[in-house]
This record gives sequence, C-alpha cells and structure tokens, in this order.
Amino acid sequence: MKNAGVVITGLGVVTPLGLTMEQTWEGLCQGRCGISPIRAFDPAGFTCKIAGQVPDFKIRDYVPKSLRKTAKLMSRDIELAIAAAGQAFHNSGLVTKGLDEGNVTIEPARTAINIGAGLISCDLVELAPAVAKSITDGKFDIRKWGKDGLQAVTPLWLLKYLPNMLACHIGIIHDIQGPSNTITCAEAAGQLAIGEAAQVISRGDADVALAGGGESKVNPIVMLRQCLLKRTTENNDEPKKSCRPFDTKASGSVFGEAAAMLVLEKADSAKSRNAKIYARIAGFGQSNSLNPEYEKLEPDGKGLQIAIEKAIEEAGIKADELDLIIPHGTAIPHDDRAEAIALQNVLGSAVEKVPVFPTKSMLSNTAAAAGALDVVIAATAIKMNRIPAAKNCDQRPGWCKLNINTVEQNKNIRYALCCSYTYGGQTAAIVLKKVEQ
Amino acid sequence: MSQTVVITGIGIVCPMGNDVETVWAGMMAGENGVDKTTIFDASTFPTTFCAEVKNYNLAEHIAKPQLHKHCNRASGFVLGAAAQACSQAGIDIETDEPTDGIDRTGLGVYLGAGEGSVDNENFFNAIVQGWDDRAGRMDWAAWAKLAFGRMQAQRELEQEANMPAGHLAILTGARGPSRSCLTACAASTQAVGEATEMIRNGQADIMLSGGAHSMIHPLGITGFNRLTALSTRNDSPETASRPFSKDRDGFVIGEGAAVIVLEALSSATRRRAKILAEVIGYGSSSDAFRITDMHAEARGAVQAIEAAIADAEINYKDIDYINAHGTSTSENDSIETLAIKKVFKQEAKNIPVSSIKSMAGHLIGAAGASELITCVLAIRDNMLPPTINLHEPDPELDLDYVPNEARKAKVDIAMSESFGFGGQNNVVIIKRFEK
Repeated sequence: MKNAGVVITGLGVVTPLGLTMEQTWEGLCQGRCGISPIRAFDPAGFTCKIAGQVPDFKIRDYVPKSLRKTAKLMSRDIELAIAAAGQAFHNSGLVTKGLDEGNVTIEPARTAINIGAGLISCDLVELAPAVAKSITDGKFDIRKWGKDGLQAVTPLWLLKYLPNMLACHIGIIHDIQGPSNTITCAEAAGQLAIGEAAQVISRGDADVALAGGGESKVNPIVMLRQCLLKRTTENNDEPKKSCRPFDTKASGSVFGEAAAMLVLEKADSAKSRNAKIYARIAGFGQSNSLNPEYEKLEPDGKGLQIAIEKAIEEAGIKADELDLIIPHGTAIPHDDRAEAIALQNVLGSAVEKVPVFPTKSMLSNTAAAAGALDVVIAATAIKMNRIPAAKNCDQRPGWCKLNINTVEQNKNIRYALCCSYTYGGQTAAIVLKKVEQ
Repeated sequence: MSQTVVITGIGIVCPMGNDVETVWAGMMAGENGVDKTTIFDASTFPTTFCAEVKNYNLAEHIAKPQLHKHCNRASGFVLGAAAQACSQAGIDIETDEPTDGIDRTGLGVYLGAGEGSVDNENFFNAIVQGWDDRAGRMDWAAWAKLAFGRMQAQRELEQEANMPAGHLAILTGARGPSRSCLTACAASTQAVGEATEMIRNGQADIMLSGGAHSMIHPLGITGFNRLTALSTRNDSPETASRPFSKDRDGFVIGEGAAVIVLEALSSATRRRAKILAEVIGYGSSSDAFRITDMHAEARGAVQAIEAAIADAEINYKDIDYINAHGTSTSENDSIETLAIKKVFKQEAKNIPVSSIKSMAGHLIGAAGASELITCVLAIRDNMLPPTINLHEPDPELDLDYVPNEARKAKVDIAMSESFGFGGQNNVVIIKRFEK
C-alpha cells in the first residue's frame, strides 16, 4: 500500500447544491437537484440551456483583507477554488496564514498544493470592447486589434486565465511554499490531482497537502464546445430531470461549476494532533483510454478498467469488498455504457451487491472539479455511514447491471471507490478506506 | 526500494530545428530561431517577431497522421518529438502488436502542455456579431448563431490542454499512469520530475515525459504584450533574446515540443537500451508571494534548487553546469542569479550557467524539457551551449553565463531550472550514467 500513510482530514466545497459541505450533503440526502436554466448569460441560441450553478457568493468574504485587491485578477474558476480551499483548511483544524495569521500551525515549506483545473476560457464581455475597436467592414481586423484593440485589454488580463492561478492564489492566501502543481486533464483532473498529492506526501516531500479541483463550465465558449461535441442534453424543459446517468432516457450531460478541496495529511501526524479523519487514501490508479475519437471513452472501457483495477490492487482488497462506488456517470449514453462495462468487468459477480451512487444528476458535470467532488462525497458518506439515493436513474438500460443505489440507505462503508475519465483519454480511480477512531 | 531512473530517448521539435542533432548543431554554432511572426499577422502588435517552428510536416515523422488529423500545433510537434525519442529508445509506435517487449500497462505519459489556439477568425467575429458597443451588452443569440454555425467540434476539442498527452497515448499505446500539467513556464520540468517519481516508486517502468506548447497566437501574444513581458526589439529580432544582458527588455516567445523517455534502470538493462543519462534529483516549491512577481529574495527558487540537490544526494560543488531558466526579462535573470549565488555561495562564479532561450526563444510549457535535453547533450559531448547576444554584461549579474560561444567543458552533472509565472519553481538534476 503505497499511500498507506495518507489520510483526509479536511473537506471544503462550493457546489450547485450550496456553499458548504453541509448544504451539499443535505441536498444530496434530500434528493435536491442543483441544475437550473443558465443565469450567467442568455442561452437562447444554445442547444443546451441549463447548468449546475453555484449560489451567489462574495469572493471578498474568502480573501484576507491584505489581498483583497487581487480579487480583480480572479476568474470564476479561481473564485470557486479559493472559496472551497479556505473551508477545507478550516474543516481540518489546521491553521494557515489565510485563516489566522497569528496562530499558524502548518509548516509552509512542508505543505503542498495540487489542483485539477480546466482550460479557463476568457470572459467574452470583458474582451468585447477591445474587439469593437478592431472592426473593418463589419469584420474583425487583426491589424486594428494589434494597434488599438490590444491596448484596450486590461494589462494583467492573461493572469486571470492561466490554469495554475487557482493554485497560485490559494498558495498566496494560505502561504503554501511546498510543491505546487496544476493538473489539466479535464474531467479526470480532480482525482489525478488528489492522487499525485497523496504521492507527494507518501514520498516525503510534504506533510500536508491541499488537493482537489475547481472549474466553471458556465461560460459561453466552454458551453458551446460541449454542445458542438454533442455531449450535452437538449432536454431543457425539465432541468431537474434532464441529467440521467445510467438511465434509459439519458440524453447527454449537463455541465456546471464547482470546487472541491481536500486536506491530505500524513496519518501519524493527523493522529498525533487528534484530527478528525474522514478516510485513508488506500489506492490510486490511472491509465489511458485509447480511442482516436478523442471525445469518447473506448467502447469497452478498458483504460478505465485498468485504472480501477490498479486502485483496488493498491488498496490490497478484492472488488467485492467495496461498499460504495461513485462512478463518473456523465449521462452521455455511450460513455455511461463503456463505464458500466469497465465496472462490471472489475466487479464480476459482486456487481449485484455493491451500491453505485452517481452524483451528476444532482450536481451536474463540474469537469475538473467533478472527480474531486465525488471523493469528497465518498469521504462524507464513509463518515456518516450513509449513501444518499441516486436521482433520475429510473430505469436501467439493458447493458447496465450496476446496482444503482435508488433508495437511501445507512451502511457501514469500509471501502469506497471513485473513478473518472476524460475526453483526451486520461483515466483515474481512487479507493478510500474507513479509519476507525 | 526506489528505482534508479535513466533517460533512454530524447526528441525535440523547436525553433532551432525539427530533430535533436540539427537543434544541437545550431546551438553549438550559436545560431538562433527568431524571426518575424508568420503564423498570424502580428505586424501591428507591440511585438512583431517570435521563434516559430519552421518547415514542420507531421507526415514526415509518423506513418498514421490521419489518427491525429485535427491536432493543434503543440500536439503535432509532440508527436514528432515522441517519434524521435521512441525510435532512439526502441519503443514501437503506431502498432497494435508491438514487438519491443514493453508491457503497455507500465508505459505512461506525463506532459507539461498548454492550450491550443482558439479558432481566431470565428472566435473574434462571433464577438463582432454579438456585441453592441454603445449599449455595452452582448446579444448572445447573435453570438451563438455565428459560433454554432461556423465553429467545429474537433477544432474546439483540440484546444484542451490534455490533448497532446492523449495523442501521445494513441501513438504509443500507453496504458500506464498518465497526466498532463500546466504550471506555466515550469510545466515540463515538473512533468519530468513527477514522471521520475512515478518510476522511482514502481508505478511505471517507462514514462514519456516532456512538454508541448505554442502560445504564438493572437490572444497569447496580446496577453504577454499587455504584461510587458515580451521584448519589443522589433528592429532586431535575432538579437532580442539576450538573457543576463544589461539591456535585456523581455522574453522572446517560442513554441515546440520536447519528449524525454524516462525508464527504470532495471527495464533499460533488460531491454539493453542505450542509456543517455541518469536522473538523480528533483525539487519543487512555490513562492506563495505574488501573482505578478517572483519572490524578491528568491526564496522559492532557492528552496527548489536545494531540494533537488538534497534529492540527488550530492554536494552543490559537484554540479558542473546549470541550464538557466534565463528568460531575458529583467526580473527573472536578476532573481535567478541571486538564487544561484545563495545556493552555490563562493562557488557560484565558477559554475557555468547558460540560457538556450537566447537562441530558441521561450517555449513556455515546453521550455523546461527542451532545456533538459540540452543538458543530456552537454554531458554526452562535454560541450556547453552558449548564452548568445550577451555583449553588454549587467554589472549586477556577474556569473559565468557562457557568453556567445559554445565551450568545451567536462560535464558529469547538470542541473536545469524552471520558474513559472505565479511562483512555481522546478529543478531537475541529471548525471552521466556509469554502470
């Protein structure tokens, strides 16, 4: 067990179901859905007009006074990540510079950060006045842009959109001076970041790490991309029922925004400070789906299966010892089918008994945040001994043998598996183990 | 036990040439790859030049370009670089039935890679269609009409930063651990370092690591020009990248890809692969200082260098050559020099430090891995690549920057430094391999 010594001691999220983990968990248990018509822009011309949107919040509330002027350098993705990161540290009981400068308990140089981030698309409205200065005969003119338009772009514009800026802002706020990485593997990024952070700790390069993911897909250019790739549902009339993982009426994914952060810590130091331990990171696996149709998972799910098998092997268990699976479950029928095949191959006859809880019907597909959000939910389920009921999974397609958890249940969860994959091919899986305290 | 990690293949596509030997010969001759920008019309931009990859044709490097037909510039470059590196390492590519004896579940990919360019014409014209400048509002339906009508799904997909790694997996059939990271200008050094760790702890036998990036697109140049990070020496592009020079005025942006085959020594020995060097140290840190500036006392840079030296279990005096980040910006070159002085103390002036960005430009996400490749070659040939355009030394910067001409020198241990915007610092140390 390579990550035997790494445990989760803090969780923080902002999601379409709320601005805290408590609200999000309560929402899941009540079967609430965070998907609604898009508010951030008028989606009239879009094939998909709905999204999972985080309730309004003020970023000022999450940034120390001395750094407030940096708020204007924050894109939505950065704001979400900062809001979740502060909660995760607070929840862990560790004290950072950002929480209480006078009573810091982390050692900055021995603290790492590893964030899954998306390709942040720029705010088109912010760019538009500069584009307006660059028109000849009704068309964009690059020569006018170079001369006039460019000068109208705010000087620090680029820094709002570099993916590593999520980690940089969080690192500055909380004074994290150890290794910092930003994983840009789209929908697999969150779990790959958590896996790498656990390895940074287990190899001795840090004692504490903040890991997770943050992204907003509620942006016209990003939403357009997913629509063009035909990954989105066009069922806009009933937002709460539109995202249907592993269901016969599935018609595509619904995208959204969120951030989910975890504090990872060496097990012995967590124990010695009597920290609350959510779970141990017992196994991590990763591989590639090899499909030249890069936006789709391979039909047999092999690359995902390899990642799941590696994670289970590293945890030192057999598949039938799993008590909970949170799949990627995008509600894109082709991909759900391939994922179901991968999971069914891993589970064998255990497929009947292991409950599967897809979360995107309530939380939407939050891309780089999604995999981390699922790990946070699994850790909470372990702590609460409870698995919420899956929503919108009313009728399994013939190819799906998974035991979708359609009724809420209390359960002692000893081992939980989360898995994810992305267009482009990277796959990831994490096994969490309950820690008795 | 931790595995020893060696390098068994290298490949590069960069503004100095499209293969390792051409690039290295150019560097030995002190040439440079900088010229007027041709990828788009930059004639009215504050900076009108850059370092472009030239005469690159993917079909000359691989047999099945049709599997990668929509790929962006960076993905195209990384496929060519990987084809070279895999050929040298003896890794079969583009086949479902490899005969190289390598288990694909032990073969992974870790790139530091960046975004692809937006579809410029349609991206900007959709804004033109939708924006009412007087009212200051966007008509999203008008925007969407043009965008949905003209933008292409695959062209959009290929902008994602994980696509170069995805293409490499298809090329090689890699089923091992795979990631892509983007820590600005430090990304590919971080990728090599983390990939090394994966082999050390037994997650993979072989990792295709390195970087791929092209930010030579209108929004990229706009961003860097607005930050005043780029040189604007438009009347003399070839002398514009002048790291450590008194009159340096910013970096020259380049593009390209570099692939390094990292392998467990046990695997390389079993396969009888030719070993080019050993990776002995990796250090990573963050400044946690400011979004816009490096730490003024070089705190993060010093920490990363010291961590790499400690990881390598060597004395700092053992290092024969430092391949600098050396961007040709006022800030980087001063603070990097300060960091070297703090770590190497009285030895600092005796260790040659050079920046190949003077010749190749700044490959951003691909910079660190391309620079590590020159360290491999420096060890192979006992030759140091120069820092060209260094005719007016900055009195504050008084290290041995190997000015203007390549130099013969015994190199057994070389260190490559990368520092990214926002304060990520990554350092890798390699060593001549001895059985």
